[in-house]
Amino acid sequence: MTVETHTAQFESISLENGTSLSSVLVAYQTYGELNAAKSNAILILHAFSGDAHAAGISHETGKPGWWDNMIGPGKAFDTEKYFMICSNVLGGCQGTTGPSSINSETGCPYAMSFPVITMGDMVRVQTKLIDFLGIERLLAVAGGSMGGMQALEWAVTYPDRVAAAVPIATTARHTPQQIAFNEVGRQAIMADPDWNDGNYYSSRPPNRGLAIARMVGHITYMSDESMREKFGRRLREKEKFGFDFSVDFEVESYLRYRGSQFVSRFDANSYLYITKAEDYFDLTNGTGSLASAFSKAKARFLVISFSSDWLYPSYQSQEIVRVLRRSNHDVAYCELPSNYGHDAFLVDVAEQSEVVRGFLASTYKERA
Amino acid sequence: MAAAEQIVRKPFVGELLGREDFAIIGDIVEPNSKVLDLGCGEGELLQWLAENKGVEARGVEISATKAQRAIARGVSAYQGDIDEVLEDYSDQAFDYVILSQTLQETRNPLRVLREMLRVGRRAIVAFPNFGHWSVRLSLLFTGKAPKPPLFPYEWYDSPNIHFLTVDDFDQLARKEGFTVERCYFIAGRRRITLLPNVLAEEAVYLVRK
Repeated sequence: MTVETHTAQFESISLENGTSLSSVLVAYQTYGELNAAKSNAILILHAFSGDAHAAGISHETGKPGWWDNMIGPGKAFDTEKYFMICSNVLGGCQGTTGPSSINSETGCPYAMSFPVITMGDMVRVQTKLIDFLGIERLLAVAGGSMGGMQALEWAVTYPDRVAAAVPIATTARHTPQQIAFNEVGRQAIMADPDWNDGNYYSSRPPNRGLAIARMVGHITYMSDESMREKFGRRLREKEKFGFDFSVDFEVESYLRYRGSQFVSRFDANSYLYITKAEDYFDLTNGTGSLASAFSKAKARFLVISFSSDWLYPSYQSQEIVRVLRRSNHDVAYCELPSNYGHDAFLVDVAEQSEVVRGFLASTYKERA
Repeated sequence: MAAAEQIVRKPFVGELLGREDFAIIGDIVEPNSKVLDLGCGEGELLQWLAENKGVEARGVEISATKAQRAIARGVSAYQGDIDEVLEDYSDQAFDYVILSQTLQETRNPLRVLREMLRVGRRAIVAFPNFGHWSVRLSLLFTGKAPKPPLFPYEWYDSPNIHFLTVDDFDQLARKEGFTVERCYFIAGRRRITLLPNVLAEEAVYLVRK
């Protein structure tokens, strides 16, 4: 299945910080066919560094989508049954307007003049896209990590527009530990002299800072066990220690490789803005009451967490489930066993596929 | 003891699922009601109730693997411990709260029963009768912890931590002031009407406060 990225444009998007953005572009892909009743549309929400290319083989790059193991004919999100949509988030750097986009008023990239955005803003942009596609109500919204936050935001803010929500490996509000890791990433970028207060688009970008940010991120996505399995204490192309600070261990090599790969596809300022939106995310709007946050939600929920995920640990999913249960919402939950840490929702998908498939099938039967 | 009640047997659910207690529960539950199944296993009963009686079905299951399979069937189940999760529900949130073959496994059966009748308008409790003659004879003649065919566990790895009989349940219901609306007794696939405390292998009670 070869897929292409499309772009929609919206004149003005109002933002939570009180300002608005004009001429907002949104990159998106779709898979499968929208049925006549327009009742089979599912919006996939990508994680922090994801993009609109969730499935199929990209026409542009020849690469498979980031959730190609979950989306496609006969897969959990079955494209023979459902119409799948995935868009790049506001603030991103993969086709949707973000800090690296040209500000039409100045003719220059926004850089740090880009407004600070929130998860709510990202979701508001997604509602515009759904309007644009002529869809009144989504069968489901689904995503892991930051995508899961957006799934929750959809269910709470647009209760009449989503029949089901599938938040995976996520939280209802960013915790101090999650904020802390994001802050380390931001500081690594901003400490790089090449960052230059965000004005690097016509010079050398802060690749060292961004690579370090990504290295930290990768550590949080894995687990102690998966790192031991994958790398052990193996040395990289040497028999004994080098007694210097070149690469000794496999794990060092892996992190450096991941860091260097990342800088070629991701914008450092987008890193700052998107992590900030994650950190601001609090479904309770600072009230602390998840119950009142969910009081308007009408969707049925499938909440999934993974046993070895220490970045978004199961207790955070269970807190969501508990509140939903208390208010008699329709909620299914399971913690899936996996050694892959937070990355599990992307890589360890056999059991995840089964529960998602069953949940979607019954939702489609009951609520489409 | 409340009189055993004969009902018109609809074989479908029991035969489909291979369990007589399910057949009875399938008969008891009114269409389009709200049902919570505690210890729902892989969700077979809830799926049947949802598809055939239009019930709004929820399940709790302590085994992660079983909860996953229940969700994969399309049942809104979640992994949790019955002894802990019941307190989360609001009063009278369900028409029926079902506890099938699990009462004897809970740490605090009385608290679970009281909670079931707080959370649900009615409770359906199915349990193995440890007063069955084979259990009595087994203990008498072997001098060892009985292993009734329905629960063939060794004493040291049995999930059953509270043994009860039909008479025990009746006595508790009287003491707690529960009203037994209906009760059914089963041996194999047969219904028992006489001497249930001796002849029944399983009992199914429909109770309310």
